[in-house]
Amino acid sequence: MTNSAAWSWNLLDDVRGMLSYPFMVNAFRGGTIVAVVAGVVGWFMVLRKQTFAGHTLSVAAFPGAAAATLLGISATIGYFGFCLGAALVIAVASRPTRARGFSAESAVVGTVQALVLASGYLFASLYSGLLNGLNNQLFGFTFGITNDQVVTLGLAAIAVLATMAIVGRPLFFASIDSDVAAARGVGVRVVGVVFLLLLGAAAAEATQITGALLVFALLVMPAAIAQRLTARPIASIALAVAIGVTATWAGLTGAYYTSYPSGFCITSVAFAGFVLASAAKRSGGAKA
Amino acid sequence: MIAPYLVHAIVAGTAIAVAAGVTGYFLVLRAQVFTTDALGHVTYTGAMGGLAFAFNPLAGLFVATVAVAGGFAVLGRRARADDVVIGSAFAWVLGLGALFQRIYTTRHGGANGRAGATYLFGSIFGISSSQAVVSAMVSLAVCLTMVLIARPLLFASLDEAVAAARGVPVRLLGAAFLIVVGVTCAQAAQVVGALLLLGLISAPAGAAHRLTTRPFVGFALAAAIAVASTWAGLLLSSLVPRTPPSFDIIAAAALAYLLAFAATARRQQSRLPDN
Repeated sequence: MTNSAAWSWNLLDDVRGMLSYPFMVNAFRGGTIVAVVAGVVGWFMVLRKQTFAGHTLSVAAFPGAAAATLLGISATIGYFGFCLGAALVIAVASRPTRARGFSAESAVVGTVQALVLASGYLFASLYSGLLNGLNNQLFGFTFGITNDQVVTLGLAAIAVLATMAIVGRPLFFASIDSDVAAARGVGVRVVGVVFLLLLGAAAAEATQITGALLVFALLVMPAAIAQRLTARPIASIALAVAIGVTATWAGLTGAYYTSYPSGFCITSVAFAGFVLASAAKRSGGAKA
Repeated sequence: MIAPYLVHAIVAGTAIAVAAGVTGYFLVLRAQVFTTDALGHVTYTGAMGGLAFAFNPLAGLFVATVAVAGGFAVLGRRARADDVVIGSAFAWVLGLGALFQRIYTTRHGGANGRAGATYLFGSIFGISSSQAVVSAMVSLAVCLTMVLIARPLLFASLDEAVAAARGVPVRLLGAAFLIVVGVTCAQAAQVVGALLLLGLISAPAGAAHRLTTRPFVGFALAAAIAVASTWAGLLLSSLVPRTPPSFDIIAAAALAYLLAFAATARRQQSRLPDN
């Protein structure tokens, strides 16, 4: 952003000045919705050690947007179509390899990710005008969110959170101990697939705020911080949401008052939190 | 008569494919593919940092990648970092890349999107003859190192505790391996780009792991599939110039993986009732 408004230390005036622009209001609305969804879904992602799959689903948004531009359809359809599609591919392809453990699955995920990004690049090359918008798709265009987009984000967020509320308990059980959960009649496999789809939907949402490459920051970092600070699940999820929202607000404010990209500001705030939490946990652990 | 840029592309592409195949085999075996993902993104930030601070982008790319690989080796317990640590670190590294790119583009005005795209998605047809020679030498060094450490590394990867008990320097091997991976990523970034090198490393290796369980056959097979994918990609992109070469290479590698998957899916299913 080239507009570098002055920071006056009069916090009320600063906030009022910032929110006098509709694009800032929408950035805050959209950012908050995305941070809440990413906080909840990301918490389970970190718990299930599916960070690599999460990263792959987040980058699937890039070819989604590029394909939508190429075909002239709505970008939202592209985002959700590709992210959910990639989630299904990972769910199907990693099934028969379960017995062979994580190593085979990680090769599947890596291949899917590279292929997805390569397709995005192909679409971008075929549609020659798109290359200039490449950076926005990859690194986010927080300050260009429209009212309609905010509504779409909100509806999708409600759907994801409602599904999460339904599958939350069995998912938690299956994530902690899948053998016992299966023995107790939890559909471990179904729950796993549903979760991958939710992860895809959350990634498709968040990509519109942070860009395909930085979604991952909102998914992994708040959850990682929260899980380092408390072991109680509900408190930890709430904390992850709070941290995600705080990082987004702080990052957006930072991006408004400086000339730095919003993606950089959001990831920096979150990463600083992660380093502090890790240090706190290490010193706490050393005392105990 | 072949155009010189094509010769450079074939030399550098082949050399890097061999290096990516052999390191990839161990990365898949050790379940460290995610580390490669992170290192691949670091190459982008390194190159952008090099550009932003008016420094050689290739040197920036190399230094950043090897340094982060070294960092993972030091931080990780038993030279394997936790994937949450890797994920958090590399999300931030990417944010840093966005910042460097902003600095570079504000300083250089108009020609922005292209510079970023070159490093994100590679430019195999833009490799100079000296770059091709350097790639060949680096890949040779990577392959020699891998052949030298292959046996103890295999032991350490399959059963770390027993290997350590038998006097294999497990930690040192893991760290050395990560540095080799860093060097390979830095090289591969020039061919297929920061975002796509993951495919050149994981798809051939994943296919080799599916096709055979014998380690040294798989090791060679991974390299062969990577080279074949690179050649097929280069050929395809010469025939259909509208498709970027990095897409063609990754598509060929992914196809190889898909074929290996299909070929072995039935065998694995028929094997299931036995256990």
